[in-house]
Amino acid sequence: MIEIRIHGRGGQGNVVAAYLLATAAIDEGRFGQAFPAFGAERRGAPVVAFVRIAERKLHRHNQVLHPAFLVIQDEALLHVPGVLDGLKPGGRVLVNSSHNSELLSEQYGQQFFALPADSLSKEYLGRPLPNTALLAAFLTLTEVLPTEALNKALRDRFRGTLLDNNLRLVQEVATRVPAGIWEDSFHATGT
Amino acid sequence: MPQALEGSQAIARTVALCRPQVVAAYPITPQTHIVENIAKLVADGKLDCEYVSVESEFSAASVVLGAAAAGSRAYTASASQGILLMSEVLYNIAGMRIPMVMTCANRAISAPLSIWNDQQDSMSVRDAGWIQLYCADNQEAVDTTIQAYRIAERTELPVMVCVDGFTLTHTLEPIELPGQDEVDSFLPPYAFARALDPARPLSMGTLVSPDHYPEARHSHHHALLKAQQEIIDADLDWAGVSGRGYGGLLRIDGGDTAEIGILTLGSVMGTLRDARSEHPGRDAVKLIQLRSFRPFPIEALQQACQGLKHLVVLERALSPGAGGIVGSEVRAAMSELRDAPMIHNYAIGLGGRDVPLDLYQTVLDMVASGGINRFSILDADLEKLPPEDR
Repeated sequence: MIEIRIHGRGGQGNVVAAYLLATAAIDEGRFGQAFPAFGAERRGAPVVAFVRIAERKLHRHNQVLHPAFLVIQDEALLHVPGVLDGLKPGGRVLVNSSHNSELLSEQYGQQFFALPADSLSKEYLGRPLPNTALLAAFLTLTEVLPTEALNKALRDRFRGTLLDNNLRLVQEVATRVPAGIWEDSFHATGT
Repeated sequence: MPQALEGSQAIARTVALCRPQVVAAYPITPQTHIVENIAKLVADGKLDCEYVSVESEFSAASVVLGAAAAGSRAYTASASQGILLMSEVLYNIAGMRIPMVMTCANRAISAPLSIWNDQQDSMSVRDAGWIQLYCADNQEAVDTTIQAYRIAERTELPVMVCVDGFTLTHTLEPIELPGQDEVDSFLPPYAFARALDPARPLSMGTLVSPDHYPEARHSHHHALLKAQQEIIDADLDWAGVSGRGYGGLLRIDGGDTAEIGILTLGSVMGTLRDARSEHPGRDAVKLIQLRSFRPFPIEALQQACQGLKHLVVLERALSPGAGGIVGSEVRAAMSELRDAPMIHNYAIGLGGRDVPLDLYQTVLDMVASGGINRFSILDADLEKLPPEDR
């Protein structure tokens, strides 16, 4: 079982990101579960969502306390207390940032990968909506699911130009990000 | 092939498969997505149904009361304060013995204001005379909603399907949605024998003098007790169609060697189920999911608890000044057994507090530590309170 926690801000498509990832897993014949941590949501406020991917049906409905992966849609959230809490030893952090991955890893004492998802999404979608780019990076880094599964989940949810632009963005990210370098973290985190 | 569906979406699509003719609802989180999705199906022409927008939950319940009394298959959904505002009508629907189905997306009650999940709302109307069924996950919510229409229409009692708000309604999981033909084969068109009809005038819910009121109440009570068999049959027969069954009144994990039983309702059971399956001492523990809270399955419970030394009752509501609601009823049922288990009663997960996987071990440790817990709120951190409130 892999557990993932996604941090973002209201309006960044945090819940959509979690739903897309779990949908991609389900489409691949795995068990996928996604749910938000609820609050009085409003645009700009910090929000959290959770994803589980497993080989067999899970019955649990508790929050993810010890994720193997964190996906952070706004690097300013790194300054919010608790955002990095509970990450499993050997776990990885994917962050929307134009900073250098090694420097971030050194600064926070965790293994980071930084993707400039704001500028990429501005280029492909016309506005800074980092969620799809981050998901494409996550799947490429971990190879937990093929990026085609994400494309299928996007096709289920979106239509027209928005879909086409997202599919092109996924393809671009998949070529930019080193494939499979996080595969080993499944062993490191005991997942 | 399972589909990735949010709980609310799965419930909405299931309600549509049951071919309701009238839906009336007023939005309240965490139920809103259900009726929004139904409204969209109607607006898109995918569901032939009268969708009535109303100005309050009181009206929503009143509209479906009238619609069902006139012979329509009717549906509504609500939560929390919405259930409370409906409560007068809920008693009327049940007292008039009108079959219909509603979803309660379980949520805490104010004050203090909480939009999050517990089960205080449906517990607050436990005496309204409705059948209440509690679901452990979204697949069970789908299957129970279909069963609920058959139970309602065969017993002439309304059924409330209780689904943990957010925890289930906003969780996306793989869901097997049945085919329309499967649902149609299980649910014949609704034919209400007492449907309001100008050609055959009759009155419902009229003034009943002391000469007849106790008999009316006896009849209602008796109908609920008799409904137990319909709940069992609906589950068995739907399992025959869908391949999925839930144990009828109770779902039990574990066998006769168990000395400790843990009983709960709703989504906490799923978390306990995973914890138990990963635990080395699992054979010593039996999990009892109370699917049917009304009718309260006393005999089935007594049978399930034979041989247990301890029974832990976990619930997401309380009766302040008394203690556990489910716990008190279970204790009463156990009092008739010769070797009754010790009852330990806790509230957990009130107002949306996360119920973690290690609840299972916590509960086993509490039992092992000896003593007996009449009732407490297990996860309340008393350090947060001034000394006089602890």
